[in-house]
Amino acid sequence: MSVLEKTVREAPSPKAERPARRRGTAWLLTAGLVAALLVLVPVAAGTGAYPVPVGDVLASVQHRLGLGGTELDRVADSVLWNVRFPRIVLALLVGASLGCAGALMQGVFGNPLAEPGVIGVSSGAAVGAVAAIALGLDFLGTWTVSVLAFFAGLVTVLLVYAMSRSGGRTEVVTLILTGIAVNAFAGALIGLFLFFADTAAVNQITFWQLGSLSQATWPKVLAVLPCAVLGLAVAPLYARRLDLLALGERPARHLGVDVERLRIVLVLVIALLTAAAVSVSGIIGFVGLVVPHLLRMAAGPGHRFLLPGSALLGALVLLAADLTARTVAEPAELPLGVLTALIGSPFFFWLLRRTRRRQGGWA
Amino acid sequence: MIRLRNHPVPPAAPEPGDVLAEAEGLSVRLGAREVLADVDIAVRAGEVLALVGPNGAGKSTLLSALAADLPPTAGTVRIHGRPAPSWSAPELALRRAVLPQSASLSFPFTVEEVVRMGRAPWAAARPEDDDAIVAEAMAATEVTGFAARPFSALSGGERARVALARVLAQRAPLLMLDEPTAALDLRHQELVLRLCRARARAGDAVVVVVHDLGLAAAHAHRVAVLRGGRVAADGPPEEVFTERLLSEVYDQPVEVFPHPRTGAVLVLPDRGGPVSA
Repeated sequence: MSVLEKTVREAPSPKAERPARRRGTAWLLTAGLVAALLVLVPVAAGTGAYPVPVGDVLASVQHRLGLGGTELDRVADSVLWNVRFPRIVLALLVGASLGCAGALMQGVFGNPLAEPGVIGVSSGAAVGAVAAIALGLDFLGTWTVSVLAFFAGLVTVLLVYAMSRSGGRTEVVTLILTGIAVNAFAGALIGLFLFFADTAAVNQITFWQLGSLSQATWPKVLAVLPCAVLGLAVAPLYARRLDLLALGERPARHLGVDVERLRIVLVLVIALLTAAAVSVSGIIGFVGLVVPHLLRMAAGPGHRFLLPGSALLGALVLLAADLTARTVAEPAELPLGVLTALIGSPFFFWLLRRTRRRQGGWA
Repeated sequence: MIRLRNHPVPPAAPEPGDVLAEAEGLSVRLGAREVLADVDIAVRAGEVLALVGPNGAGKSTLLSALAADLPPTAGTVRIHGRPAPSWSAPELALRRAVLPQSASLSFPFTVEEVVRMGRAPWAAARPEDDDAIVAEAMAATEVTGFAARPFSALSGGERARVALARVLAQRAPLLMLDEPTAALDLRHQELVLRLCRARARAGDAVVVVVHDLGLAAAHAHRVAVLRGGRVAADGPPEEVFTERLLSEVYDQPVEVFPHPRTGAVLVLPDRGGPVSA
């Protein structure tokens, strides 16, 4: 123990005012996030190769909602409603799904380093999606890719869950190593599908693998909407029980939580959310890791704020990242997954270092 | 707050002497090893029952089985008069509180948040007096001073007391404590066992696993000595704690003698004659 730590430990602390302050912080953050989204959405809609003034964007939205406003000229209208808005909605859905899935996964695994990309659930879901693209499957219409991604993702979460836990917790090393193994296997399967796919499918898959929202269309939005909405709606219902799960499985059960049921429901929700994100945008890593961490630092680990908060911040982060990806290297477009990984990986590295320091090395 | 399903009904206050947990012919097998064999034991309202015995005697396993954590391989466990498996998790949470041997936490919740988790089973029943109960539990275990600190920043002994505060806040009529004194200093060991007695006096049933036979002798109404997964003796400490029994059970010569002033039972390992200077 360092001297500093010791002084901190022995310092008298003011009587319980922190939880109340945390609750205040949570409300403030929620309001801030919503406000930021309300600002960023019209700005993102107006920005791009064909700029539309923010005022026109708002007027057009008003017009479409039948609240007055003005109609834009044909080109601007088409750019806005056929290109920008589907992409923005998709970014919001994918970001919210990834953020919330990350927070859920960390809660269920009892490990702050769990994340769909890190432990391989994203690649698992990707195998399903790639299979659908490569084999040209469309037996479920627009939902084929999502549904296959969901089932492949579900199998992966169950597999990782079964392999990496003992006594209600997951050791960091086990988790990461399991992630490596799962990612490697999923990568091999994806490679296999690529091998059998025709050139057009190969191009589509390669681009999609980098993680991008540039192919956004309304049908795609529709394809992920059920998964994302269902997952995002169900997750907060389990916030209280996730808090109790932080004590460990047995103590949670002692406090009346039906742990087995909780696990099954949450694993399903995680698979839903991950599939929603992966099936349209490929693998976008680290959002589910960075977002819940920042919120935990600011407002504490309580899941009643963390789950909806992660969805909000995830949506905001991904919208901002996508805006950056499509404007920073104009007229070319940076793959979104590359951008989030560029920023997210160093953060992950820092987290790993910090966790190791706290635990005094890996066992 | 989310309600736990089906509105579990809180139990009626027990009468002194009611059997709140009992095992009949209980055997538990963990892997190939039979950890408990044919154990009969009853935990009654209004008394502190101490489970003592050497390492590996099956104390914690017995506690887990009585708490309905472990399924018996033979025999039955009844909690509040009903077979343990027939209770749902939310119903059990209103009837028994369990302090695990080691307390850990995956995320940096504050001390107060952790103690408040003990109120979760009552979310549907009566949330209005939560604040008072949480404050009382923290005061009783002397953790109020660091209520706002994150649990992960505490020392082992402080964590143990916070975990105990959470268990007390649960307000279940049956308290099961697995080595609550293991990480504590002298003063807090006494504090915890005095708390146990106070809860028993208030009408609750308390089962506590302890290693310190002196503590058990001083505070428990009844002790059960376990050896090799069986109950070697069960009764008031002054009857059960004999030099012969303890020396045999612990495989170590033990002295039992009255305190020179109070006459209370004292237990010490027999270290032979006076140490030469």
